[in-house]
Amino acid sequence: MRIELIVNGVRRIIDVMPNELLINVLREKLGLTGTKYGCGIGECGACTVMVDGKPVLSCLTLAVEVAGREITTIEGIAKDGQLDPIQEAFIEEGAIQCGYCTPGFIITAKALLNENKSPSREEIIEYIKGNLCRCTGYINIIKAIQKASEKIVKNSASKISSKLSPVR
Amino acid sequence: MNRGEFMRADYINLVNTHIIPIEFTYHAPETLEEALKLLREYQGQAMVIAGGTDLIVDMKLRRKEPKHIISLGRIRELDYIIEEDSGIRIGAATKLRSIEKSRIVYERFEALHLAVKSIASIQVRNMGTLVGNICNASPAADSAPPLLIYEAIVTAQNLEGARKILMKDFFTGPGKTCLRNDEIVTEIFIPYPPRDSTSSFLKISRVGMDLAKVNIALLLKFNSNVVEDFRIALGAVAPTPLRILRAEEYLKHKPVNEENLRKVEEIVVEEIKPITDVRSTEWYRREVSKALVRDALNIAVNKVMRK
Repeated sequence: MRIELIVNGVRRIIDVMPNELLINVLREKLGLTGTKYGCGIGECGACTVMVDGKPVLSCLTLAVEVAGREITTIEGIAKDGQLDPIQEAFIEEGAIQCGYCTPGFIITAKALLNENKSPSREEIIEYIKGNLCRCTGYINIIKAIQKASEKIVKNSASKISSKLSPVR
Repeated sequence: MNRGEFMRADYINLVNTHIIPIEFTYHAPETLEEALKLLREYQGQAMVIAGGTDLIVDMKLRRKEPKHIISLGRIRELDYIIEEDSGIRIGAATKLRSIEKSRIVYERFEALHLAVKSIASIQVRNMGTLVGNICNASPAADSAPPLLIYEAIVTAQNLEGARKILMKDFFTGPGKTCLRNDEIVTEIFIPYPPRDSTSSFLKISRVGMDLAKVNIALLLKFNSNVVEDFRIALGAVAPTPLRILRAEEYLKHKPVNEENLRKVEEIVVEEIKPITDVRSTEWYRREVSKALVRDALNIAVNKVMRK
């Protein structure tokens, strides 16, 4: 079957079999190996990508099911060579150990901060419930998401003030 | 070996689940009628997919091997939450996450709101549907006990027409429902619970993401300190989610005190038929059911007091 996907803003036309999963297509056909395969049964969140802005599990999604939709993977998070505030915060807070769960965590965090710019610690913990880190780095991951949230709030505040400043 | 060959079932290592080791034809109808026609045409060989969070796992593990998959994903007419005078209607393609965020569900159907919120993770709730949760018919389905106490009505449709199924008659065994293989569940109607009643949901699971070891929903309404309406249902303690009518009858017209609470616990433990499996032992399920009955009742009583 021939399907069209918008992957990280780029239109891709791909031939897929009905039994191919979105993760198979991303990793094997498009070479986007940032998305990781973990448990395969919907428990670990390593394969999380966004479909139309919502985090879903690419290892439980048929590629044909998302034909025509917008897919965002970890490769699409940094913009113009500039890391996303979430990625910066993960580095600064040491929220990465082996790194295997990191793409999933960053996608989930991105979706959370898109929905809610300043979540509480409890809201962060609830939202990342579906992402497992076996290096036990949760404390730093939570800190990183809090820091990213502060950065985003600050950025949007400075954008507003720079827009406002010429108007005297 | 090109990619197409790589995906063919015969090349697949049966243990690895990063691909689906079976082949099938995929159909994405845009209307319900088209879907029903396809289901009739491939009757017995086809399965309906809504969110896929259960079905894809079963296909990876070869527990289910349908020859045809009929997707509800493109049927826009099935994605809705509609408020009516007597209750709400939820469509078959409505995601769990939409139900969790629904204001009316939060305000009027608290046990359902809590149950849906407790299901797996954000990712899974963005994919899965309420109708899918009950059609998969897991004895541990978190949405089942709330739907039982609210006395929800399921609409199943085939090419000949629609029929209504009471929630209590819907499940027939683990993974089994009373649906015929040419029928699609199109919606669930949930009548508003009585005014001034309160409902609650609790579950015990190993970690947050896990399936329930035991779950419980109950509804309580008082009339001058005695119970006027009481409904209670438990999951993962019998082949199907179970409403405990004998406990309901017992508590009616009585006050909630220590003696009556103990009796309700006792009846629940007599009525349930738990098994020992990977998640819990039978003994543990009986013990924890008692504790859950007590906790859920206490929560409901406290909520009534605060109102």
